[in-house]
Amino acid sequence: MSAALALGDDALVLSHRLGEWAGHAPVLEEEVALANIALDLLGQARVLLSLVGDEDELAYLREERAFRNLQLVEQPNGDFAHTIARQLYFSVYQHLLYERLAAGGGEFAALAAKAVKEVAYHRDHAEQWVLRLGDGTEESHGRMQSGLDALWRFTGEMFQPVEGLDSPESGVDREALESSWLAAVTDVVERATLTLPAGPRSGGWAAGAGRQGLHTEPFGRMLAEMQHLHRSHPGASW
Amino acid sequence: MAAVTAHQTTQKTLGTANAAGGPGSTGAADATNAAVADHLAAFDAAVAADERIEPRDWMPDAYRATLIRQMAQHAHSEIIGMQPEANWITRAPSLRRKAILMAKVQDEAGHGLYLYSAAETLGTSREELLDKLHAGRQRYSSIFNYPTLTWADVGAIGWLVDGAAITNQVPLCRCSYGPYARAMVRICKEESFHQRQGYELLLALSRGTEAQHAMAQDAVNRWWWPSLMMFGPPDDASSHSEQSMAWKIKRHSNDELRRRFVDICVPQAEALGLELPDPDIRWNEELGSHDFGAIDWSEFQEVLKGNGPCNEQRITQRRRAHEEGAWVRDAAAAYAAKHAPAQTSPQTPTPTPAPAPAPASASAQTSASAQHVEETA
Repeated sequence: MSAALALGDDALVLSHRLGEWAGHAPVLEEEVALANIALDLLGQARVLLSLVGDEDELAYLREERAFRNLQLVEQPNGDFAHTIARQLYFSVYQHLLYERLAAGGGEFAALAAKAVKEVAYHRDHAEQWVLRLGDGTEESHGRMQSGLDALWRFTGEMFQPVEGLDSPESGVDREALESSWLAAVTDVVERATLTLPAGPRSGGWAAGAGRQGLHTEPFGRMLAEMQHLHRSHPGASW
Repeated sequence: MAAVTAHQTTQKTLGTANAAGGPGSTGAADATNAAVADHLAAFDAAVAADERIEPRDWMPDAYRATLIRQMAQHAHSEIIGMQPEANWITRAPSLRRKAILMAKVQDEAGHGLYLYSAAETLGTSREELLDKLHAGRQRYSSIFNYPTLTWADVGAIGWLVDGAAITNQVPLCRCSYGPYARAMVRICKEESFHQRQGYELLLALSRGTEAQHAMAQDAVNRWWWPSLMMFGPPDDASSHSEQSMAWKIKRHSNDELRRRFVDICVPQAEALGLELPDPDIRWNEELGSHDFGAIDWSEFQEVLKGNGPCNEQRITQRRRAHEEGAWVRDAAAAYAAKHAPAQTSPQTPTPTPAPAPAPASASAQTSASAQHVEETA
């Protein structure tokens, strides 16, 4: 069940990061939008983790080496442009992936069919903001470019093999997924008058081991905060 | 009273008459005064008949000012009120509770948006109201200046704070100003849902482990008195009450609503298995209601003056979010200007417009009118 865990952890961790924006968003409409996306993702996480075991045990009692999420989704929010860059990279990936899973008729087809509607909205939200920030002011252009640049090296990981997602019946062809993703992201980035970082995953060390439970330093701190209360009351129900 | 439409303020009407003056202007002013008297009579009759006042209707300046003040404070409370609860989103102890809390905080942002829109029908703008909040010129509910120290506080806020808000707000669904009344109908539905969720959260804790029960009791101890203060000062010290009741903005006095709230809470606390921290609560047979202990109004005054536990923190976070988000709002405005529909070529589809970041400034006329309202307040 490592595919359910991988996809569930992606949704859980990104939802948590978006939840950190509550009360800090640049405009009230974004308080609503970011919370809305976070809620959708949390809902997906709960379904996926429940396929594996008890959702709360999995979320609150695993240590960081047992989490299978992409390093991309655990990256700190940074400024709004960083958050949007992370959303663009991930939601385009998730949208393309879920479209294929929904069409594929494998074990994730039903949940992907439901989630793909939510994810299409997330993708639209991210794309619209990349356009606004990229083609907005000089400052927003610079910040959006920095966000895209900083997170680029975490994108290759999305196209590494995941057990259970690469079988023919799942409907996912990783190479095709990657080229569709690249074409879609390039299109948005260019329309936003921005440039995608040069080279396949440029930017020094290309990250890519979240699926093996190897994470970045901020992740442990995120889990400490997320799990503290639950762990302080062993066996309690809430 | 949609039939009665007129200039927005008497001030403006008189100003126009005087400007048109010269010889014989006294007669024009008299005519205008007579028109104002007619408007006032129509307004009073509409309020007396429980009709709704709508944005284009004539209304007294002071009525407009009172509503702007109250609706702005209400909207501000929704968005400042996100903070104490959002404080626990990242630490919620189960995924179910986390989802409920996120949805609630999202609802609050939505309520804020809704109330700012309703306030804008009175000739102000969200931008202007937020500026006043950030400058400390408009208030938000004193309750949000208390800290959320444990997870149980999230439940206590739902049960007591939202409960008090509902007790206050349900009568506002019949408020004389239409846009406000309609906003309240929608908001009250969601608030009662939040309140039940808060109650249910506390119930789970109260029936949980000893440590959870103690956490719930401690939260109720800390939130009970501040919740009673949400109804405002006692009737004999409430400066706005009498006029608001005459205008049917308010329907019940502060003390009346406070007593109603205590009556609702006493049996609920019993069902929860938690105690209310007031040894003086007892049933008053004669009144058919509960008597309760004295409220520490000096604490209330201190919190209102800005000296509560979190006043500084709350407003600083709000200002910071606004300031740090300025470049994002500027970008959205710049993008919208560049991609205005008229300039879009047929080949490139028009992107969905930005989720309406407020325009940089309200029209000069609106600002001037609001300024006038502020001064008469």
